[in-house]
Amino acid sequence: MKHTLAVLVENHPGVLSRVSGLFSRRGYNISSLVVSETEDSSVSRMTIVVDGDEKIIEQVTKQLNKLIDVIKVSDVTHDETVDRQLLLVKVNADNSAKGEIAQLMDIFRARIIDIGKKSLIVEATGSEEKIDAIIKSLQPFGILEIVKTGTISMVRGAK
Amino acid sequence: MLGSELLLKCLEEKQVKLVFGIPGGVVIPLYDVLKKSNIKHILTRHEQGAAHAADGYARSTGKVGVCFATSGPGATNLLTGLATAYMDSSPVVAITGQVAKAFLGKDSFQEADTVGLSQPVTKHNYLVRDANEIPDIVAEAFYIATHGRPGPVLIDIPKDVFTQEVSEIREPKIRKHIITKLEKPVLNEIQLGKALELLKHSKRPLILAGGGVTQAEGSYEFLRQVAMNNEIPVAVTLMGKGVFPADNPLFLGMVGMHGTTEANWAIQNCDCLLAIGIRFDDRVTGKLEEFASKAKKIHVDIDAAEIGKNCAVDVPICADSYDFLKMLSQKLRGIKINKDWLKQIELNKSIQKVSHSHLDPQEVMATINSLVDEKTIVVTDVGQHQMWAALFVHPHYPRGFITSGGLGTMGFGLPAAIGVQMANPEKKVVLITGDGSLQMNIQELALIKQWNLPIKIFLINNGYLGMVRQWQELFFNENYAETSLEAGPDWEKLAQAYGIKGKTLRTPYECKESLNTAISSREPWLMDIKVDPGANVFPMVPAGCSLDQIWGSWKNEAHVSSLG
Amino acid sequence: MELNGAQILVKALEEQGVDTIFGYPGGAVLEIFDALRESSIRQILVRHEQGGAHAASGYARALGKVGVCVATSGPGATNLVTGIATAYMDSVPLVFITGQVAKAMVGTDAFQEVDITGITSPITKNNYLVQNVQDLPKIIAEAFYIAKSGRPGPVLIDIPRDVSMAKCQYNPYRNVDIRSYKPTLKGHPTMIKKAVKILGEASSPVICIGGGVINSGCSAEVQEVVELTGAKVVSTLMGLGAYPGNSQTFQGMLGTYGNKAANLAVQSCDCFLALGMRFDDRVVGNPEKFAPEAQIIHIDIDPAEIGKNIPVDVPIVGDLKNVLQDIIKLLKKDHKVRKTINFPNRNIQINEGLNAPWVLRNLQRVAPSNTIVTTDVGQHQMWTAQHYIFNQPRTFISSGGLGTMGYGIPAALGAQLAMPESTVVAITGDGSFQMGMPELGTIAELELPIKIVIFNNNTLGMVRQLQHYYCGQRYSFVDFKKTLDFMMLAKAYGAEGLRIEKEADVTDVFKETFANRKFTIVECPINSRDLVNPIVLAGNGLEEMV
Ligand SMILES: Cc1ncc(C[n+]2csc(CCOP(=O)(O)OP(=O)(O)O)c2C)c(N)n1
Ligand SMILES: Cc1ncc(C[n+]2csc(CCOP(=O)(O)OP(=O)(O)O)c2C)c(N)n1
Ligand SMILES: [Mg+2]
Repeated sequence: MKHTLAVLVENHPGVLSRVSGLFSRRGYNISSLVVSETEDSSVSRMTIVVDGDEKIIEQVTKQLNKLIDVIKVSDVTHDETVDRQLLLVKVNADNSAKGEIAQLMDIFRARIIDIGKKSLIVEATGSEEKIDAIIKSLQPFGILEIVKTGTISMVRGAK
Repeated sequence: MLGSELLLKCLEEKQVKLVFGIPGGVVIPLYDVLKKSNIKHILTRHEQGAAHAADGYARSTGKVGVCFATSGPGATNLLTGLATAYMDSSPVVAITGQVAKAFLGKDSFQEADTVGLSQPVTKHNYLVRDANEIPDIVAEAFYIATHGRPGPVLIDIPKDVFTQEVSEIREPKIRKHIITKLEKPVLNEIQLGKALELLKHSKRPLILAGGGVTQAEGSYEFLRQVAMNNEIPVAVTLMGKGVFPADNPLFLGMVGMHGTTEANWAIQNCDCLLAIGIRFDDRVTGKLEEFASKAKKIHVDIDAAEIGKNCAVDVPICADSYDFLKMLSQKLRGIKINKDWLKQIELNKSIQKVSHSHLDPQEVMATINSLVDEKTIVVTDVGQHQMWAALFVHPHYPRGFITSGGLGTMGFGLPAAIGVQMANPEKKVVLITGDGSLQMNIQELALIKQWNLPIKIFLINNGYLGMVRQWQELFFNENYAETSLEAGPDWEKLAQAYGIKGKTLRTPYECKESLNTAISSREPWLMDIKVDPGANVFPMVPAGCSLDQIWGSWKNEAHVSSLG
Repeated sequence: MELNGAQILVKALEEQGVDTIFGYPGGAVLEIFDALRESSIRQILVRHEQGGAHAASGYARALGKVGVCVATSGPGATNLVTGIATAYMDSVPLVFITGQVAKAMVGTDAFQEVDITGITSPITKNNYLVQNVQDLPKIIAEAFYIAKSGRPGPVLIDIPRDVSMAKCQYNPYRNVDIRSYKPTLKGHPTMIKKAVKILGEASSPVICIGGGVINSGCSAEVQEVVELTGAKVVSTLMGLGAYPGNSQTFQGMLGTYGNKAANLAVQSCDCFLALGMRFDDRVVGNPEKFAPEAQIIHIDIDPAEIGKNIPVDVPIVGDLKNVLQDIIKLLKKDHKVRKTINFPNRNIQINEGLNAPWVLRNLQRVAPSNTIVTTDVGQHQMWTAQHYIFNQPRTFISSGGLGTMGYGIPAALGAQLAMPESTVVAITGDGSFQMGMPELGTIAELELPIKIVIFNNNTLGMVRQLQHYYCGQRYSFVDFKKTLDFMMLAKAYGAEGLRIEKEADVTDVFKETFANRKFTIVECPINSRDLVNPIVLAGNGLEEMV
C-alpha cells in the first residue's frame, strides 16, 4: 500500500542525498518525492510517497528518524489530508480534436494553457487518481509528452 | 584565534587526551598548532590503523576515540575503520582535512567527496564551511557519537577553514531536535509490566545479552543480579562477551553460527527469551523463522529502529539497558523455573573434540584463558581464531573482549589493541590474531616499540585464511582456492625487525611455558603459534540453517547428510 | 547447460579477455573463487584488498588493459575504496567485483553488509548492484566497455551471494549499446581548423602532454605535431613517458614541482596545446597567472574537463589520436615549414652525494632500459618525476590525482605480472613503504624479481617540506623514531636486503640489485632536511619558483 510521509528536514545542502541514500541503501521504494522550503526558511518539507506494508513503513519511519538532519516524520496516510499533484501534458490535437479535448478537460476542471498547430498543452492539479484519470482520458488523442510532480499533502484543520 | 586552534580547544573541552592520525597537505595548519595543545598525537603508519586504534580506544573506555586524516587518500583510508565502528556502535569521531572551499568539486589534488563517501557508514557527518561553526559542530558530533545508540561521526574541514580567523567564539549549541532525538528513551511501565508477567510465568527462561549491555555502563551488575537471583541462564552474542562471569554455571557462552551447543540448544528450547541490546543479526539467529520459535520474545534496545527490524517480538521495549535491567533487578523476584531446564541445558554442553598431532587451537585457547585475569583485555582479529577465542577465552568484565563483530574486519586487531593499550596503560592487552589478519595492518607493529606498549600478540598461525578454508572444505569439496598463506613471512624475524621479541611455538608444552612467560613480562611479545592447519571451528550452524542444526564435531557425516 | 552466477561471471570475464585477477576471498565471494579455480584466469591472492586494487591498477597501466579485482562484502569492499578513488582520479580502466549479502538481507545491516554502491558512487564511472543472474552477462560487458572507453575509469559490480548461486543459461552478450553513454571520439572540424590556425601562427608554441596521451596511445601523433610545429613539449606527472624524455624538445614536468625549463616555457609561450590533461591545481599553480601570453587549445575526451579549471580559447572534445590525426592532416596541407627553436639547457645542476636526485641518476644509469618505475607519494615521487628520464609510455606508474601513499609497491606487483620480462622498480619513501607493506608477502610468495628502493629520510618528507615553507619550519608529527630495521624486514620476507651506506656504494649496490632476478629491497638513507626544489609556492605563477 502507498503511504504518504511528511518529513521536515534541515534546509541545507546534502540532506536530499542523505534521504535518497537511505532509501536506496535499504531497498525502500519511493513512488514520488517533493521537496520545498516551508514557512520557516531553515526547514524544508519532503513529501514522500512510499510503497510498502506496515512493517516496511515502520522501518522507513524509524530509519528516517535516525537521520540527524530529519526533524520530524509524520505518516499522514490516514489523516484527513488534501493531496495534490500538478500535471502538464502535451497532446496531439488537430482542429476537430481541440474542441473535444476542451470539453473533456472542463469536466476535470483542467486548463488548456497553450495551443499549437497540431497540439495543445493541458495543465491540471488534483489527487493522484484524478491526474491518472485525466491522462487516461487523453490517451486516445495521442500523448506527446508528460511532466508531473509527485504528491504534496497537507493535513486539514487547524494546527 | 584560527579555526584549527578553535577546533583543538573544543576537543580539549571534550576531554580528548589522545588522537591517532597521519598528517598531509591540507591538515598541515591543524598539525601546526597541535603541539601547543594538551592533546597527545599518535602517528600511525596507515590511516586505517588510526581509525581502528581510535575505535579500540572507544570500545575499551566508552569514551569517544578520535582520529585525524588528510583529504583524499587519507580520508578514504579511514572508511573501513568507520564502517567497522558503525556496525558495532562504537563512538568514534574522525576529523578529516578537505581541499580549500574554492577547490571543492573540481577534482582538485587529493580531493575526495568524503562526506558523500562516508554517509552510509557514519551516524552523521559534517562539512564545515565556516570556522565559526566549529564549536557547535564539535559539540553536536560528540553528543551524537555517544548518545542513543553510539556510532561514528565524521567532520570534514577545508584547509581554509583551518586558517580562518575566528572573531568571537560562540558558546557551543546543539540543535534542540537532535537532543530530543537522542535522549534516553523513557522506560515504558506498561511494557515493563508485560515483560515481568512473561518472565514470571516462564518455566524455561533465557537471557540473551549483546553489545547494548556492554555499552550501558554498569548495567552488567544488574544483569548478573537478575540472572543469579532468579536462576535464569545467560547466553551472549559476540558483542556481549564479558557481561556475565564465565565460571558461573548459568553462563552458556555465545549463541549463533559458532555458538556453543548449549547456548543454541537453550535458544531453541526456551519458552521466554529476554534479548537485551542485541540486533538479531543473521550470524546470531541462523534461520530467522525458526529462531527461538517456542519462546515468547522480549526485546530491549535503545535504538527503536532495531526493534522489529529483523525479528518480530512479543514485548518490544525501547529503553537503555541500564534503566531496564535496574528496574528488572528490583521487580523480578522468586520466579519458579522448571528445575529440569538447567539440567537439560547441562546435558547439551558440547563434547570436546579429539586432539590432533599438531597443536590444537582449542588447547591454545584454554591456555590463554587460564592466563586471563580481571585486568586483561582480549582483542581479536577476524577468522577462526576469533571464534575460538569467543568460545574459549573469557574476559571477566564488559569491554574486556574487543572484536569486530558486525563488519568482521580483518586487520582490526593490531591497531585496535594499540588503541586499547594506550587508553588503558595499567591493563594487560592480549591480541589473538591470525596469519592472514595480522598481515593486513602489519605496519602498525612500529608503534609497539616506539611507545613501549607491552601488548602480547598471540598469532594463531595455521598457514591459511583458515575460516575461508573451513568453508571450502565443508561446502566446496575441498576446493582450496586462494587461501594458502604458507609462504608467509618469518614472524620471528619480522618481530625482530621491529625490535620486538618473537618466538615460534609448536607443542602444547612450549605453548604453556611461553605464553605464561609472555603474560608475566612487561614487554611486548609476538608468539608465532603454529597450530593444526586442518583444524575447524566447531560447533557450527551452517548459514541459513536453524540453530538446532549444529555440526558438533569434526565432520559429523550424519549431520551433513541430514541437511541435504 | 545451466551455470551458476559465479560461473557465468567467470565465463563473461574470459569473454572480455581477462587473464589475471587480483583478489581476496571471503564469505560472499566463495562461489566466485570456486568458479575462478576452474577457469583459465590466473588468480593472485594479495594480502589486503587495498593492495589488490592498486595491483590491478598497476597491471592496467603497464599493459593498457582493463584490470580486475575481486573482494568480499563489507570490509573487503570498503578496503577497496582508496584504490578505486585512486584509479578514478587517474582515469585507470578497472573493473571491481564485490560480493554482497543475499538480496533478501540487503538493507538489514546484515553481517558484513555495506552499501558499497552508495559509497563508491562518487568515485566510480558507474556501478551496479546485480539483481538478477540473467543480467550478469550484459552488466559485465557494459562494465568493461564503460571502464575502457571514453575517459577510462573504474566500474564496480556488486553481486549478492544468492545471485552468484542462482542458475541460468549463459548467453554471451556482445553488442553493448548504452543510450545514455556515447563518448565523442571525433573532434569538431571548425574547432580543429581554429586550432590549426593558432598553431600555425604561433611563434613559441608549447605542447603539454597528460595522461590522456597514454590512454589514447597517440605518442607517435604527438611527435609528428611537434615536428610540424616546432613546439616545445612539457608533461604533467601523468604524461611522463608519453614523449621521449631524452629528446631535445622535451622540457620536463610542469607545475608546482615542475622543472624550471618547463615552467618557464609555459609562462612565456604564445600557444599552449593541452593534450589529455585536466589543469589540476598542482599543474597550473595560480590559475590567474597561468600561461599569460598564450592562446589555449584544450583537447580532451571528457567534455566536463574543458573549461573546468582554466578558460580555454579552443575547446576540442574527442579522442586524442583521432583529433591529432585530423590536425596533422591540416598542418601538413597549410604549414609545411618546420620552425626551429633554440632550446635552453635544461640540465639541472645536482650535487654529488647521498641525495635522491643524484642517486636516481645513478639508478637510471644502471637499470635496464626496459625498466618500469612505480613510485609512492612524497618527495621521492617528485624527485623521480624530475630526475628520472622516461622515454616510453607506460614505464612510469604513479598516483597523481589522489596522491595515495601505499600505491607504489602493490602497483609494482601488478606491473610485474603484466610485464614479466621487464624490470620493475618501486621507488618509495619510508612512510609510504609502510603503507604498502602487506603486499611484500605477495611478492615474496610469487618470487617476483621486483626491486624496491626506499629513500629513507626517517620522516614524512613531503609534509615536512610543506611545514618548512608554510609553518615557519615548525615540524610536527612527521619524524619517525627508528622503529623499523628494513634489512631485517627484508630477511623476514625472504628478500635480498641491500643498504647504501655511503656515496661510493651507490653504483655497486645498484649493479648488484640488477644482477639477478630476485626480490630485492634497497635502502638508501638520505637527509631529512633535503627539499624538492624548485617549488612554486601556493598562489604564485609557475615562473615564480624558489
Ligand atoms: C578485510 C577482510 N577481508 C576478507 C574477509 C573474509 N574473511 C573472513 S575470515 C578470513 C580468513 C582469516 O584468516 P586468518 O586471519 O589467518 O585467521 P584464521 O581464520 O586462519 O584463524 C577471511 C579472508 C574479512 N573478514 N575481512
Ligand atoms: C594515504 C595518504 N596519507 C597521507 C598523505 C599525505 N602525505 C603526502 S606525502 C606524505 C609523506 C610521504 O612520506 P614518505 O613516503 O616517507 O616520502 P618522502 O616524502 O619522505 O619522500 C604524506 C604523509 C598521503 N598522500 N596519502
Ligand atoms: Mg590463518
